[in-house]
Amino acid sequence: MDSERWPYEIAYDRTVETSVDVLIVGGGIAGCHAAVSAARRGASVAVVDKGAVVRSGSGGPGVDHWHGACTNPCSKVSPEELVELVGHCDFGVTAEYGNGITCYIMAKESYDALLDMEDMGGKIRDVDDEFVGAEFRDEETKLMFAYDYENKHCLRVHGWEFKPLLHRRLKRLGAQVFDRVMITTLLTEEGKQGGRVVGATGFNVRTGAFHVFRAKATVLTTGQPLRLWNFLTEIQGSSGVHDALACAGDGCAMAWNAGAELALMEKSAPHAGSFNHVAYGSGNAHNTWYACSIVDVNGKEVPWVDRDGKALETVSERYRPAPGQKYFLLMPDLPYEYRGPSLIPDLPDRIKSGEFKLPLYADLPAMPAHERRAIFGLMVGNEGLTRIPVYANYTAAGFDPDVDMLQATVQSPDAYVFKPWWQATAVPQLRETGRLVDGGGLLFDWDLKTSLDGLYAAGNQLCGGADHAASATTGRYAGRKAADHARVAVEVKIAQEQVDSERDRVYAPVRREGGIGWKELQSGLCRVMQDYCGEYKSAETLKTGLEWLASIRDSEAEKTYARNPHELMRALEAMVRLTVGEIIMNASLAREASSRALGFDRIDYPEVDPPDWNKLVSVRLQDGEPLVRTIPCDYHLAAPNHPTYEENYREHSALDEGQVR
Amino acid sequence: MEARMTPNPQTPCAAVLFDAALCNGCNRCADVCPNDVMVHDLDKGKHPVVLYPDECWFCGCCVGHCPKPGAIRMEHPLSLRVGWKRKETGERFRIGMKNPPSPNTRPPVGGW
Repeated sequence: MDSERWPYEIAYDRTVETSVDVLIVGGGIAGCHAAVSAARRGASVAVVDKGAVVRSGSGGPGVDHWHGACTNPCSKVSPEELVELVGHCDFGVTAEYGNGITCYIMAKESYDALLDMEDMGGKIRDVDDEFVGAEFRDEETKLMFAYDYENKHCLRVHGWEFKPLLHRRLKRLGAQVFDRVMITTLLTEEGKQGGRVVGATGFNVRTGAFHVFRAKATVLTTGQPLRLWNFLTEIQGSSGVHDALACAGDGCAMAWNAGAELALMEKSAPHAGSFNHVAYGSGNAHNTWYACSIVDVNGKEVPWVDRDGKALETVSERYRPAPGQKYFLLMPDLPYEYRGPSLIPDLPDRIKSGEFKLPLYADLPAMPAHERRAIFGLMVGNEGLTRIPVYANYTAAGFDPDVDMLQATVQSPDAYVFKPWWQATAVPQLRETGRLVDGGGLLFDWDLKTSLDGLYAAGNQLCGGADHAASATTGRYAGRKAADHARVAVEVKIAQEQVDSERDRVYAPVRREGGIGWKELQSGLCRVMQDYCGEYKSAETLKTGLEWLASIRDSEAEKTYARNPHELMRALEAMVRLTVGEIIMNASLAREASSRALGFDRIDYPEVDPPDWNKLVSVRLQDGEPLVRTIPCDYHLAAPNHPTYEENYREHSALDEGQVR
Repeated sequence: MEARMTPNPQTPCAAVLFDAALCNGCNRCADVCPNDVMVHDLDKGKHPVVLYPDECWFCGCCVGHCPKPGAIRMEHPLSLRVGWKRKETGERFRIGMKNPPSPNTRPPVGGW
């Protein structure tokens, strides 16, 4: 092979112009559902993704749980009952379901979105009758449930094929797909910060060709910013996060530059990053592996208890609510009312005392046959990052769940609390945004519209985040709203100066000889985040950190080179992270209190969650200067909105009574 | 023996490995990869070049879309390989070991 020549045609000088009703930035789960629903409403649609839409995004490689399916025929939990959870969680956000609007949209439409998947050819039932007679299977509908077998609000699905099916459907509906195009800026009317969004520009990460998109409505469906603190070029490369590696925060950075408001950006949590073991690939009892028996090195079983500490004698009881409990969930740190069964909470102490000896093992052979097959054959067989990496590779290496016990990661005894994935112990200054999929993002209303005209958001781009089903449902909702908006919107005009100035900025790294590579820039800005916006923050550290980021932008970032369009993508992602770092530090400066729920410690404001600060901090740019305001956590139920979820949904969902899409 | 000046090898591992005899060079793996870890070979018909293994997310989509079984493998690096224990016999195994137990050929639910 000729190691010098780039294998793709180089077209830095070519410009491709596209004009559509609805532009979707990010072709993950939210983006694909948005494209399908906008196209169904007659809009011309373009979907743009840095990867290939057939598999791109955090949900691209598959999904096993379909959450919030409150309207499935077996569910005993209503959307109103599910969304009550939000009011009981800190800052009105839950760890997987997002804020109140996101959670309610998911509860109302999750099952309809799943029926959409079935219509596209997805398997959402046990049609092969492999699980006849299983406790988690409904014999009539053949639906299969996870976690709470009495209330049946979460489904087990064969999600490995979902993304390719979505891709095929949106193409059949006539949506234009732009694979391998990284969007770098939102275009605004007259190029003004805070103006109506009228399109975007980007470049092809293989050929370097420049793209200009003109759109009456734009939907941002990019992921939450990741690897802001945590980046290692060695060990296991760049692979340590659960969400897609491409999630640099492109959407947050371009929205910020366009003048949109962002919220919850100061939320973060320690994360072991590249030191983590494979997600779902070592023994554990949670999430995809719920509720696998765990034994110690001598085969001694770790007991399960209900939320009151009462021992659960049978495996079946691990899937049942406590006496008198309406239903349960299994997200981290839930209020008592929603707390489900767990391994004994004092397991760390009982390991330290020698009662249980490490290493621990997931005792699949001890599980009833249907549960064992569901955990390893169905869930691990379909979840993202597991079908090939774990199911295929482990079985090829001889692992057999009928006779083998998978070892749990060996870690500090304190880390054996009951939580998704025992992967590795995190170092406090190495962090990720949010805590799971519940990070900061765009502030939005009941139309899933952001603070800018013409700009909508969905999925994990929403402040408060979203899991797979919440991304699917907010995606289809935002697609409807954007299509309806495009129908009545006046023609858009883009400002050529804005396009030209972005073109100059984007290609600067490929014009440079020498300088520094993107990995050094990326590692350097992560160090600034660790040092000045890490475990403990203060006004002084944050202001110093902002100075450092600004200085790096003026110096090292101006020296960063890219030798081909792929390196250009990575270099521009590092510059995106410089911007996201600034957003996070500005939001962190504005919150003058510490908060447990936000993973936020201010040395100069040590009081934890004082009532005065139970509110959202929003930040935006105006004339290049950061502006801050605070918003009530329940803003979605405060005037001018209606006081109930149902009324707001009815007014804004763009669905008539009985209409499902 | 001759010694040579050579830059350090790219880390962390190959991530993706090909069997050149089985691969038909269709580039499907490179074109579904979310991170462009591989690029097309300049010679048509040859398997892609793993240019950026350090950007691999280990999602396995490349393997899942390969039309020629066995032509491509995705491997976790040594630092991510796990172990297990056979319950009845107490034997310990691990991914990557010499003389592994026989493969378990049962497909996932719904088949491959």
